[in-house]
Amino acid sequence: MVPLSWYLALSAVLFTIGVVGVIIQRNIISLFMCIELMLNAVNLTLVAFSRFLGDVTGQLFVFIVMTVAAAEAAVGLAIIISLFRSRETINVDEADLLRL
Amino acid sequence: MDVNTLLNTIEISHILFLGFAALCVVAAFNVILQHNPIYSALALIIVLCTLAALFVTLYAPFIAAIQVLVYAGAIMVLFIFVIMLLNVREEESKTDQQKYLKYLAVPFFLAMLGEVFAVIKTVGAPPASANPPGTVESIANGMFTNYVLPFEAASVLILMAIVGSMLLARRESAADTNLIEDALNAANRSTPMPAIETVREIEEEVAA
Amino acid sequence: MSSLLNSIDFRFVIESLIKVAAVFVLGLLSPVSMNWIERRGLAFIQNRLGPNRTGPFGLLQSVADGIKFLFKEDITPLEANKWLYTLAPVVMVVPAFMATIVYPIGPTVNLPYIGPTELYVTHFNIGLLYVMAVTSMCVYGIVMAGWGSNSKYSLLGGLRSSAQMISYELSLSLSVIAVVLMTGSLDLVEIVKQQSGWGGMRWNIFGGSAGVFMILPVVIGFFIYLISAIAETNRVPFDLPEAETELVGGFHTEYSSSLKFAMLFMAEYVNMLTVSMLATTLFFGGWNGPGVAQIPVLGVLYFFLKIGFFMLLYIWLRGTLPRLRYDQLMNFGWKFLLPVALFNIVLAAVLGVIFL
Repeated sequence: MVPLSWYLALSAVLFTIGVVGVIIQRNIISLFMCIELMLNAVNLTLVAFSRFLGDVTGQLFVFIVMTVAAAEAAVGLAIIISLFRSRETINVDEADLLRL
Repeated sequence: MDVNTLLNTIEISHILFLGFAALCVVAAFNVILQHNPIYSALALIIVLCTLAALFVTLYAPFIAAIQVLVYAGAIMVLFIFVIMLLNVREEESKTDQQKYLKYLAVPFFLAMLGEVFAVIKTVGAPPASANPPGTVESIANGMFTNYVLPFEAASVLILMAIVGSMLLARRESAADTNLIEDALNAANRSTPMPAIETVREIEEEVAA
Repeated sequence: MSSLLNSIDFRFVIESLIKVAAVFVLGLLSPVSMNWIERRGLAFIQNRLGPNRTGPFGLLQSVADGIKFLFKEDITPLEANKWLYTLAPVVMVVPAFMATIVYPIGPTVNLPYIGPTELYVTHFNIGLLYVMAVTSMCVYGIVMAGWGSNSKYSLLGGLRSSAQMISYELSLSLSVIAVVLMTGSLDLVEIVKQQSGWGGMRWNIFGGSAGVFMILPVVIGFFIYLISAIAETNRVPFDLPEAETELVGGFHTEYSSSLKFAMLFMAEYVNMLTVSMLATTLFFGGWNGPGVAQIPVLGVLYFFLKIGFFMLLYIWLRGTLPRLRYDQLMNFGWKFLLPVALFNIVLAAVLGVIFL
C-alpha cells in the first residue's frame, strides 16, 4: 500500500508548480490553467485523506470543487473572450486600465 | 536497506504510483513552461488523466470517472475551444513588465516546497482504512443527506455561471467585432434561405 | 522481486490478454466490413452499383483500400505542427478502442477445454461512467488534428467539433439516466442480466425490470440518446466537423490518405460501433433474446444482429438526410434536446417514486 505521505507530497509539488505558474505566466488562459492545476492538487489531497480516514466527505468536497471549477471556467473564459474583443490581447499586463 | 529487501517490499501499487506521479509532475511543469497555450492545455489534460488514474489507486472510481468526464472531457474542451477561437499562437513577449518575477520564481518554488514538506512531515501516517469509501452509493448517500445544502448551492452557482457567461460573451450590438459568429459561421454564412424562397415561388408559379 | 511476481495471477493475465485481443480484432474488423456495407448500401439508396469489381460483389474493396493506405506516401504538411499532427490519429484511436472493453457480448458460455467463460473483458460498478468518460476523450484527436494541420478548413472543423461535442455530450449523458434510475446500476453486465426475463424479451425499451410503467421515459431517453450519439460520432446529419461540401474534409483535410488517415477513419467506425453497442446494451437487452437461456451462443448472434441494425440505421440516415446548418445544430442541441432530456429525468424520477 502506498503511504499517505506520498500522495500529499505529490499534491504539494503540483500545488507549488501551479503557484509558480501563476507568477511566471503572463497569458491569461495559461493563468487559468495554473489555477486548475492548483485545484486539482487540492483534490488529490482530499481524495487521499478520504481513502485513509475511511470517510466519504473528502470525495464529496472534490465533487463540489469540480462543480465550482466548471462554473469558474465558464465565467472566466467568457471574461477572456470579452477582454479579447475589446483589447485584442490576452496578456494580463495589457489589461491595466484601472492602474494609475 | 540493501537492494534485495527494497525489491521485496515493493508492490505493484508503488510502481503504479511512481509512474503516474512522474508523468503528472513532468506534465505539470509543461503546463507552466510552454509558451504556446495549446501545449499548456494538452499538458494539463495529461495531468488530469494521471490524477484520475491516481484516484483509481485510492479506491475512488466514481471521482476518477467524473474527473475524466467533467474536467478532461468538458472543462478542458472549453479551454481549447477558446484558445482555438482566439487563435492564440506563440505568445509575443513585447512588454514584459514583470520580468524580475521569473527570476524570483525558482527560489519561491523551493521555499514553498520546503514549507509544505515540513508541514507534511508533521502529519502522522494513518493506516489505510479497511473499507474504502468511494462507491457511487456511498457518495450519493453523503450528498443527499448531510451535504444536500452544499449540493444545492453548487447547482445555484452553476445556474448563475450559465447566465453570467452568456451575459459576458454576448455581443452588445451588431456593430461589435463579430468574433464568434465570424469564426464559426464563416463557411455557413452564405444563407441558403433566398434560394429556397425562389424555389417555392417557382413552384407556386408552376402550380398557378 | 519474488513478492511482486507472486502477487500476479498469471491465469487472469493471460485470459484478459486473449479477451482484449479478441475485442481488438472485432474493433479492427468493424471498419473493414462496415466500409463495404456502407458503400454498397449508399449505392443501393442512391440507385447505383457501388464498388463491385474487387472480389465477389466487391467484398475485397476494403482490403484493397487498406493496402493502398499502407503503400501511400506519408506526407506531413510543411507548416504543420509535427507533434500534434502525428499524435492526433493515435489520440483518436486509443480511447475509441478503450471503450469497447466493458460490453458483454454474450452470456456465460461453456467453451471446450476451457470451461465456463464470461464473454466480456472486464466489468466494474461504474462501467457506464467509464464509457462516457473514455468516449469524451475522442474530441481531442479531432481538435489536435484540426489545430496541428495548420489549415483553415481543419481549424474550422476542429472548432465545430469541440463545440458540438460539449453540446451533445450533455444530452447523451442525461438520456441514459432514465435507464440507470430503473435498473439501479451503472454496471453494464448487471444491466444486461436484469433484462433476461420474459423469455429474453424483457428489454429496457419494453419497460424492463420496472414493468410497463417506465416505458415512456425510456423510449424518450432512447431517442435522445440516438440523436446525440449520431452527433457525438460526427455522422450525417451532424457531420459538420468533416462536412466535405463546405470544409473539404474538415479536420482530416491535410491527412493525405496515408496510414494516419486510415487511423482517423478507423476511429470513426469504432466510435460508431461503441455507440451502437451501448444503445444495444442499455435499451435493447444486450445479448438477450428468445432461446438464449437454452443455447447461450445464440446471445452473441443476437448482440451482433442488434449492433448491425444500428449500423444500418447510420447508413440509412446518411443516405436520406441533409446536413444541419451550424446554428440549427446548436439551437436543436441546447434549446430542444437538453430541456427534453432534463424533463425526461424528472418524469423518470416521478414514475420511479410512484411505481418502483
